[in-house]
Amino acid sequence: MIYDIDRETAPREELEQLQLTRLQALVERAFANVGFYRRKFEEAGLLPGHVRNLSDLKYLPFTEKQDLRNNYPFGLFAVPRENVVRIHASSGTTGKATVVGYTHRDVRNWAQLMARAFMAAGVHRGDIVHNAYGYGLFTGGLGAHYGAEELGATIVPISGGGTKRQVMLLRDFGATVLCSTPSYSLFLHEAALEAGISISDLPLRIGIFGAEPWTEEMRHDIESKLGLTALDIYGLSEIMGPGVAMECAVAQKGLHIFEDHFLPEIINPVTGEQLPPGETGELVLTTLTKEAQPLIRYRTRDITSLNYIPCRCGRTHVRMTRIKGRSDDMLIIRGVNVFPSQIEAILLETEGLAPHYQLILDRKGVLDTLEIQVEVDEKIFSDEVRHLQRLETKIQGNIKEFLGVTAKVKLVEPKTLVRSEGKAKRIIDRRNG
Amino acid sequence: MKVEQISIFLENRAGRLTDVTRVLSEAGVNIRALSLADTSDFGILRLIVTDHERAKETLKANGFTVGRTSVVAVEVDDRPGGLHRILELLSNSQINVEYMYAFVQQSGKNAVLIFRFDRTDQAIEILQKNSIKIIPGKDLYNL
Repeated sequence: MIYDIDRETAPREELEQLQLTRLQALVERAFANVGFYRRKFEEAGLLPGHVRNLSDLKYLPFTEKQDLRNNYPFGLFAVPRENVVRIHASSGTTGKATVVGYTHRDVRNWAQLMARAFMAAGVHRGDIVHNAYGYGLFTGGLGAHYGAEELGATIVPISGGGTKRQVMLLRDFGATVLCSTPSYSLFLHEAALEAGISISDLPLRIGIFGAEPWTEEMRHDIESKLGLTALDIYGLSEIMGPGVAMECAVAQKGLHIFEDHFLPEIINPVTGEQLPPGETGELVLTTLTKEAQPLIRYRTRDITSLNYIPCRCGRTHVRMTRIKGRSDDMLIIRGVNVFPSQIEAILLETEGLAPHYQLILDRKGVLDTLEIQVEVDEKIFSDEVRHLQRLETKIQGNIKEFLGVTAKVKLVEPKTLVRSEGKAKRIIDRRNG
Repeated sequence: MKVEQISIFLENRAGRLTDVTRVLSEAGVNIRALSLADTSDFGILRLIVTDHERAKETLKANGFTVGRTSVVAVEVDDRPGGLHRILELLSNSQINVEYMYAFVQQSGKNAVLIFRFDRTDQAIEILQKNSIKIIPGKDLYNL
């Protein structure tokens, strides 16, 4: 089933004509209403009229996450603030969060795109959607929520956490669709087994998993343990939220990017040059319809490739392969995006700690764990246990408050952390392999 | 009247304590008293030694994080109520004991306790006023 059959199966030529019209309008709007883009265009000697066809996209300047931070909070809005009906934001230390605004139409488009995503997964009216994505400033919860309602399914806005209750309601309500991070679905499975419930015996038949990288092996594991079809969803708050791209249940091979709303490119992350179709590189997205905060050539830092081969499901929209990694040092911990620099900033703010720390990522059972090892120097050392423990608790609290992840803080002796060529090796990721 | 105590941060893993005693042994420093406070992840070793300057220097040179604190060594009558009397005096003056540990003496009728107070100077004043015997650092290092 296809939610918007005209748009999703439009012939490529027609689709590309629509993309061009929308790109030209977008560039006009950004130039006229966003000071940041006007300056960028002027620096590059460009005028909106220079965009004559889609291949001109490569001449336009990139937008980076740092640009969002530099224009915090509302500097990239292309509409008067009164026209913004919703604001989402990513985690970050004070003043460094990336903020995204939505107009009424943006929120509606988002709901419709998420409805498309649900339908591509095989969800329809009558389904019960157990939505374990976090609600709040994070886009996951509300994004899936509005899409399910738009489609006419029954949404259970349970949000994250409270696993025992999740298992109980999953069983009692007879949910047929689960939205969560892939690792959380396995965690639910284990919690259910402890409660004597086998999720594979429940009516659940579709899992829509996103917000963290996963593998084909993990898909097979989830499908056999939970007895459902596991599908990959992609999105990022800067662009919209979940529903930028969705895997179809028919082919289960790659995620269709909703190209009438998002224009994708793959670039070489080092040189910034566009790469031909099929090559692996960094995904760059341009929002074609966003009103409140349009972004031109936004560097997602996600590594993937694009596949233009027509899909069995009938959709003509390009498919991206599962995310293969990142072109920066961003970590994804239980679905939460964390940059080591954010952790460093928090350590610095906590009693001038810092230079020597190490992040150890591991997977206990099915969930990610983060341990922050901090070297104890004379400045923070105390001969009283409680002072050191108070320090650990304080760091832990600040990490939780600013970044939304639970970390274990471990104080270690100086120079115990691995240093390679004089530079400390900051991250040890033991999650894969 | 104070005693200089050094403290060392130790990760909770096999062999670390031995590393400290080796360094001190090689430096010819004798340990007079010690206490180890521990948690699941780390420990704090507190030492009173014959030469705290030298001990601190050598330990630091060997990569340990070393701190220095002033503590008070008090002679306590070795009979029921001996410690109680001292603690009562301090508690009546709202002085808090952060930690304490006993000191091993080779001979002598009295026990020696090492105290870390939140207000060291006031504690010394009160103890002296009540004729409690405080052992000065230099006596302790060379006992």
